[in-house]
Amino acid sequence: MNKGFIHELMKNKVLYLMFVPIAVYFIVFNYYPMAGIVVAFKNFNYSGGMFGSPWVGLDNFEYFFSSGKAWLVTRNTFLYNIVFLAAYTFFSILVAVLIAEMAGKVFKKTAQTLLFLPYFLSWVAVAAIVYNLFNYEFGVINTLLKNMGIEPIDIYSNVSYWYFILPFFYVWKWVGFGSILYLSAIMGLDNSINEAAKIDGANIFQRIRYLTLPLLKPTTIILVLLGIGRIMRGEFDMFYQLIGNNGILMDGTDIIDTLVFRSLVLSPDFGMASAGGLYQSVLCFVIILLANGLVKKYDRDHALF
Amino acid sequence: MGIRSRDVTILNIIGHIIVGLFALIAVVPFFVVAINSFSTEHSIIYYGYSLIPKEFSLDAYELVFQNPQKILRSYGVTIFITVAGTIISLFVSMMAAYVMFRKDVRYRNSLAFFLFFTTLFNGGLVPFYLLIVQDLHLKNHLMVLMLCGMFSVFNILILRNFINGSIPDALIESSKIDGAGDFRIFIQIILPLSKPGLAAIGMFTALSYWNDWWTPLMFVEKENLYTLQYTLYRILSSANFSTQIVNSVPRLDMPKESLKLALTIVATGPIVLLYPFVQKYFVSGITVGAVKG
Repeated sequence: MNKGFIHELMKNKVLYLMFVPIAVYFIVFNYYPMAGIVVAFKNFNYSGGMFGSPWVGLDNFEYFFSSGKAWLVTRNTFLYNIVFLAAYTFFSILVAVLIAEMAGKVFKKTAQTLLFLPYFLSWVAVAAIVYNLFNYEFGVINTLLKNMGIEPIDIYSNVSYWYFILPFFYVWKWVGFGSILYLSAIMGLDNSINEAAKIDGANIFQRIRYLTLPLLKPTTIILVLLGIGRIMRGEFDMFYQLIGNNGILMDGTDIIDTLVFRSLVLSPDFGMASAGGLYQSVLCFVIILLANGLVKKYDRDHALF
Repeated sequence: MGIRSRDVTILNIIGHIIVGLFALIAVVPFFVVAINSFSTEHSIIYYGYSLIPKEFSLDAYELVFQNPQKILRSYGVTIFITVAGTIISLFVSMMAAYVMFRKDVRYRNSLAFFLFFTTLFNGGLVPFYLLIVQDLHLKNHLMVLMLCGMFSVFNILILRNFINGSIPDALIESSKIDGAGDFRIFIQIILPLSKPGLAAIGMFTALSYWNDWWTPLMFVEKENLYTLQYTLYRILSSANFSTQIVNSVPRLDMPKESLKLALTIVATGPIVLLYPFVQKYFVSGITVGAVKG
């Protein structure tokens, strides 16, 4: 067995050598930090470092869970991601189906290009756009309201607006990408059934309702389950850029990722940051295993592993 | 079938309205920013943003280009890390993909799982931060901008699937019989035949480098290493940004708001102008990825 292993390495030594660079990268940047999760059980100090600081058992977790923050950010992360996933899936399929079925080649091509624009903007640029739309003094929305003689609204200090603005801009940024994804799935469907139904007299709405959508179901279920696997991984880029460190909006918009970031960088609090980070990693790991289990049950071929 | 039936006409109308509306919503916010960047400060303050500039002016752009060192510097940094990072990332990813593609590599599935596992579990932000800052001493180093997020496991697996689908094993076999070594097969056969796949994945990699602001936020304090998007972020989010950008004593008539808009356009304009020409590579990347990673 052991001899076989050495023999295999020697036989394909050039090939295994070609894998070394990527292996080194992933060991250093991914596997070594995995070992570093021990820092969550330590009272971190810079001289001791990741592995030399004194152990404190579960103190950091006690602190994290008793701070009242743990439940808040877990709830926010979960709920936002559920809404994001649902809205993204719905609008992507809607656009994909319409583009697949409607006529007008030039219109469709142009529309697709335009829809894809937000995907290419950084969240920094999106934040600038959002600010220009919503700021109190001269934002587009408030300018319109003022012109109509209505009192301007202070969007940046009222969290309830953001329950809509955040999902809106999530879909805004991703629907171009998502519709291409679902459109390519529709294009891969067997067209002969559709033709047969057409000859049998089914109208286009019936064909969408009873053929395209059911045929799209496997792809949709897989993509949604994969999305559910990432449900505890927050959209840090979006939340950090659109909301930043706005204290007034904090309770309604703080997610695990922004909490961990703030605790690590802004108000050095290694206990909170490392406990929160490990809590999220474990949660993600468990959920992705569950989601993959479901995919496997549903369709073996599409399981991740 | 010359005549369209009524149901098709109705769907066409609905489709044009909904898709057209979505397409407008996708681009209008950006164009509001673009249009108002050509507006005078006075009209923004008094009338707010509008769809048609009330008073046309190039003041903001003049101010940006009066003292463009910072913007140009971060353009340079960003172009460098995007080009160099993408080339290195593609080459190393492709080598790994090729090794996992070769059927005679007995441990190819173990190697794939070694990469794949990192997408299931990670150490989180704190150990990663400490690795970069304490162990590798990469803080304020140009390398950190390239190394963070250099590889994506899904991209590597997509590349492997791409080779699988486009290069027959027999081609490898016959090259081996002709006496080509494994590395030479990679350079002379795999790379040239995988250009479409490389182009697609390369675009995604380049875009993520180009739009990166997270890495400098975490690991860079030296201003001359700021990336373009991070420079934009710093300027937009700091209260006295106007003095920062133009290195001058703030004047009372400084066009603050339109300057922000002009900077946003200067920092994102190139990609907005460029993407319609390269989007086909992104589309093919999404399509290849959709066929299971």
